[in-house]
Amino acid sequence: MSVIVEVMPKPEILDPQGQAVLNALHRLGFTEVRGVRQGKRFELDVDADVDPEVLRRVSDAAATLLANPVIEEHVVHTGESVHAKETDRA
Amino acid sequence: MTDSVSTAAQTPDVEQPWAELGLKADEYATIREHLGRRPTSCELAMYSVMWSEHCSYKSSKVHLRQFGEKAPQTDALLVGIGENAGVVDVGDGYAVTFKVESHNHPSYVEPHQGAATGVGGIVRDILAMGARPIGVMDPLRFGPLDAPDTRRVLPGVVAGVGSYGNCLGLPNIGGEVVFDPSYAGNPLVNALCVGVMKHDDIQSSGATGVGNLVVLYGAKTGGDGIGGVSVLASETFTDSGPTKRPSVQVGDPFTEKLLIECTLELFRDDVVVAIQDLGGAGLSCATSEMASGGTGGMQVALDKVPLRDSTLAPEEILMSESQERMMAIVEPAKIEAFMAVCERWDVLATVLGEVTDTGRLVVTWHGETVVDVPPRTVAHEGPVYSRPYHRPGWQDALQADEPTPQRLARPTSPTDLRDTVLRMAAAPNLADKEWVTEQYDRFVLGNTVLAQPEDSGVLRIDEQTGLGVALSTDCNGRYAKLDPYEGARLALAESYRNVAAVGARPLAVTNCLNFGSPEDPEVMWQFAEATRGLADACLELGVPVTGGNVSFYNQTGDTAILPTPVVGVLGVIDDVTRRTPQAFTTPGQVVYLLGETRDEFGGSEWAHEVHQHLGGRPPRCDLDAERALGEILIHASRDGLVDAAHDLSDGGLAQALVESCLRGNIGVRVWVPDGLDPFVFLFSESQARAVVAVPRSEEVRFTDMCTARRFPHQRIGVLDDGDPDTGPVIDVQGQFAVALEQLRELRTRRLPDAMA
Amino acid sequence: MRVGIVTFPGSLDDRDAARAVRYAGGQAVPLWHGDEDLSGVDAVVLPGGFSYGDYLRCGAIARFAPVMAAVVDRARAGMPVLGICNGFQILCEAHLLPGALMRNDRQTFVCRDQALTVANATTAWTSGYQEGQRIVVPLKSGEGGYVAPEATLDALEGEGRVVVRYAGSNPNGSLRDIAGITSENGRVVGLMPHPEHAIDALTGPGTDGLGFFSSVLASAVSA
Repeated sequence: MSVIVEVMPKPEILDPQGQAVLNALHRLGFTEVRGVRQGKRFELDVDADVDPEVLRRVSDAAATLLANPVIEEHVVHTGESVHAKETDRA
Repeated sequence: MTDSVSTAAQTPDVEQPWAELGLKADEYATIREHLGRRPTSCELAMYSVMWSEHCSYKSSKVHLRQFGEKAPQTDALLVGIGENAGVVDVGDGYAVTFKVESHNHPSYVEPHQGAATGVGGIVRDILAMGARPIGVMDPLRFGPLDAPDTRRVLPGVVAGVGSYGNCLGLPNIGGEVVFDPSYAGNPLVNALCVGVMKHDDIQSSGATGVGNLVVLYGAKTGGDGIGGVSVLASETFTDSGPTKRPSVQVGDPFTEKLLIECTLELFRDDVVVAIQDLGGAGLSCATSEMASGGTGGMQVALDKVPLRDSTLAPEEILMSESQERMMAIVEPAKIEAFMAVCERWDVLATVLGEVTDTGRLVVTWHGETVVDVPPRTVAHEGPVYSRPYHRPGWQDALQADEPTPQRLARPTSPTDLRDTVLRMAAAPNLADKEWVTEQYDRFVLGNTVLAQPEDSGVLRIDEQTGLGVALSTDCNGRYAKLDPYEGARLALAESYRNVAAVGARPLAVTNCLNFGSPEDPEVMWQFAEATRGLADACLELGVPVTGGNVSFYNQTGDTAILPTPVVGVLGVIDDVTRRTPQAFTTPGQVVYLLGETRDEFGGSEWAHEVHQHLGGRPPRCDLDAERALGEILIHASRDGLVDAAHDLSDGGLAQALVESCLRGNIGVRVWVPDGLDPFVFLFSESQARAVVAVPRSEEVRFTDMCTARRFPHQRIGVLDDGDPDTGPVIDVQGQFAVALEQLRELRTRRLPDAMA
Repeated sequence: MRVGIVTFPGSLDDRDAARAVRYAGGQAVPLWHGDEDLSGVDAVVLPGGFSYGDYLRCGAIARFAPVMAAVVDRARAGMPVLGICNGFQILCEAHLLPGALMRNDRQTFVCRDQALTVANATTAWTSGYQEGQRIVVPLKSGEGGYVAPEATLDALEGEGRVVVRYAGSNPNGSLRDIAGITSENGRVVGLMPHPEHAIDALTGPGTDGLGFFSSVLASAVSA
């Protein structure tokens, strides 16, 4: 189990990268996609059992370092690493 | 189960995948002879990669010898061919090292990373010579501008070059952007780096001193660039193990920036005996080359290599091309000081082993010996091929297809001439390249005196004295296709001319020879001719080749790229404040055309752009004239006789005038000399020519100098602001006038429109 | 006057900032990111570059370097601080200045001789200019787009805290064409363009940038 922090640009912030991705998707034929916002996902491998206290501390870390509150929002939750989903790992 | 030396000795008949690794049967047999047994899988991996074309130069060695054999006598050369890069004395105790290298195939696969790691690699080469890197240049070649794949490759390559170089804090001072159908599928990404040091700072790469420590420092080792070697790894794996091994190397410029600062501090503190960067073939190359070059032997424990991926097999670790790594030889008494510097810069450093005098390179893996070879056989005694070559059957017909007026319709009316000027100015190869060059930092380090689109990049080396260097890279692949011997000479001529144009004295040469498959006798002929041409030309002009790079196999199926011998020339300028820029700026100054103009359109940009024609002979190469022109430009610069100078090359005089006028935002009134056809005057690509802007106060002194040297010179124009209504124009008297604004608009939109 | 120039891992224009200080007649003092001591300098420059490789966000990690605690303290006490490019990003991350810098709207790095107008000639770093003066200073960045909430932008404008504005075309999408701003007390200034590269016509577009460095030397005298 990891702690996952997802950071996204605030809705009112212009996201030119998301826009560029949207244009590219449309060029590739994925015209049903109406919007794209691009953000970051952090996977934290924590040294203890993940309880509400740990989540609160990670949230502090997110607000202080992982996200810039001027332009970004974040959510914190438990979850699995993307890597763990690969089936051919020993 | 590790394939150790003892296992190999006991199991001589094991089938080994030498063919899959690119070795020939006779090469495999030679390896067995060298070792007196079959190679271990680690040894097989090592030999296969070090004996590959890329690392051993096996197809090119016999031809490259000429650069040494025909090297002109010069006192300026401090380190010649054979080291990481050549080193040239530029005066005042300063030495400059420079080299150009290719990273072509990776840039087709992954443009951003391919280009970025190309920059990273050449910078480390310069660093390994003991120099602080001070600038980069990037000669780039792509398929047609409007081809869909160019939209994929070009922006990625430019972003890669920019992001890596900018993050390292190295100004990009020049390069090329060339488009031709033959490069579609085979883009050429050549990267040049230049560095400066004092004479005493020159570092060597031989591992000397028995008992001295072998230290690996920089980034951790991962699976970058392993690709095909995994076939070996699977030999030694049992059930568990990774299934994916990336072929592409991924670079981190921040790590390299730390590596540069850390390394320069190690040099300053004098704690390094020898140093080598890890490039192609990674640890295999560094260990075998360093061991060969020094006391003769080395012992290394491979399991001490810090890994990013703990599942890597020893074969893979030896082959890994993970970036941002260096190897140093350090006396035991100085290792603590060495480690302290690395720690200050947060750079990982690990002692792997020591220098020996056994004449063997021995590598162990958890106590078992997996490599025990004579290092010279790996690094320096690889196969040498004399590949067959013959002149292509189509060469005569190609050369006979001259671009005569009967063959290719020429513009004759003033309107047609005017239209041609506009069309040519916006041609992909001639259009404004700011879309590319704006992505490069040209200011960092605060010593950039001239940068693209100037004829050469000029960097100041000494703030007190104004001593500086100038660099240019050039090649016209179309000329080289028409005649590879002449084409190579013309590439040197152009680069030499570009350096002289800014007022610098050419000193030395580097080259990046980009060709198709050496297994194709026609391509091999092109290579043989080009190297012969370049070697002959260097001797004639008195500038030696100090080092370079060969890139073969640039072809898709049967279609090879244009033979593209890129030549880089380094020059020195005593006082950078006297350099001659390209821009025309001052109304009333007189424009002179230096050199002779003939009807020469073979391989010209006009024939290519307007008629898609390639045929005939390239323009005549006259190195005596180039030397004479160079002398004039250098003296004129030093004595302040000219305010601006621009060499003539692709696109001829029209292009030079367009560029110099636009750059200074001033117009010119030009007249066609008597007896010269206007079309030839404007678009011929005769060589050994330049245009200069001469202040009237200097005109007599300038023309006297040209006359005394018996060099052709013609007064062809006067700079003119134009009137307030129309703005500045290029006015070819009796023919047509074209507004600068119209030219600027067309030229600056060409690339951005294509990349949108 | 002693002007400290901080070197973070990855700083690039620290040497150039030092040269600019010297050209202006001051004494440039190198400061190491890991030291908490400011060596008694009278002003600090946070230079351009890619501190910590621009990892996470530009300036996000540098802002927590040991040296920054002292820089923030002394800045709050009135010491002049100039943040150039990456330095501006660090000042915003450290909340010494409002807003944030984002990726250029054109998506690519841009290096050009940029025309600017001086909007505030009373700060510690711009007192040597005239309000409305047009200057040309190199801009070279990939993440130069200044953004802030509307209320913040209005406050900055209302209080005259915009220091330099892009003239001609906006190169990176910065809101209100803002190229540089100042703190409430006018002592901390951050800007994206690089004045240290406009101190010598030999190596730059002119000498328009020197004023930033000579201004602060003059302000030390009058402080």
